[in-house]
Amino acid sequence: MRAFAYLFAGAVFGCGLAIAGMTNPAKVLGFLDLTGQWDPSLALVMGGALTTYLLGGRVVLKREAPVHGGSFPGKPSHEVDVRLVGGSALFGIGWGLAGFCPGPAVTNLARLDPMVFGFVGAMVAGMLLAQQLFGSDA
Amino acid sequence: MDIVNFTPVPALLGGIVIGLSAVMVLYLNGRIAGISGIVARVFRRVPGDTAWRVLFLLGMVAGGAATFAIAPQTADFTGLPSWGFVLAAGFLVGVGTRLGGGCTSGHGVCGLARGSGQSLVAVLTFMAAGMVTVYVVRHVLGGGVA
Repeated sequence: MRAFAYLFAGAVFGCGLAIAGMTNPAKVLGFLDLTGQWDPSLALVMGGALTTYLLGGRVVLKREAPVHGGSFPGKPSHEVDVRLVGGSALFGIGWGLAGFCPGPAVTNLARLDPMVFGFVGAMVAGMLLAQQLFGSDA
Repeated sequence: MDIVNFTPVPALLGGIVIGLSAVMVLYLNGRIAGISGIVARVFRRVPGDTAWRVLFLLGMVAGGAATFAIAPQTADFTGLPSWGFVLAAGFLVGVGTRLGGGCTSGHGVCGLARGSGQSLVAVLTFMAAGMVTVYVVRHVLGGGVA
């Protein structure tokens, strides 16, 4: 039952990305291409998700704890350092090169396209290397 | 600037569905539904903290497959650049999200909704970097490489 809940939550996420068109790299690159033919769709995807999370989160956080135990996240940090900015810049460059961020990349594994597997494999390699060199607690 | 291919209704609807999934994760185990973190921490093998990640990721693939099958218009895919670009892009996304502590979902959706200053800086940074990259690839190099 627990297992099914996470499988279901993941399926909802993948479904949402597909409905939003974010599994198509062209839509993402269209958003990032400000000086060309601009496609603002991604901003609405983020806005819709963010607003839903904001409202839904208020309801959920009335509980003492999550249903499967553990605890809710603490107050967010506002501390900004070189690692945060540098890392985000590297991520942005990779994002702009292929139009893929981690969510759409994972969801697109459903296509059984070798290039998508290549992207995800390289991404995991990059993650493991970064954790090895700089520590995992990001 | 011309606005083209804008699909406001599916974008908003899909966004709401993504938000619901993130709310589910918060309700179930209190975690932030950031996909880069969910992937990366699979490999840390912390007891009791791995299975849900694998299940969630399998669910994402299944949810994508089901949606592509049921609504073929969602399956549009204009392709990726050359192999070299794809591997470089994946590697940069992997390194960058670990150093920056999140991606479009963790920082862009959950972090911003939580009012995190870190997430705001991260989002502004990766959006700017992505926009500059696309500008260089498409309008300086002429798109020939992709």
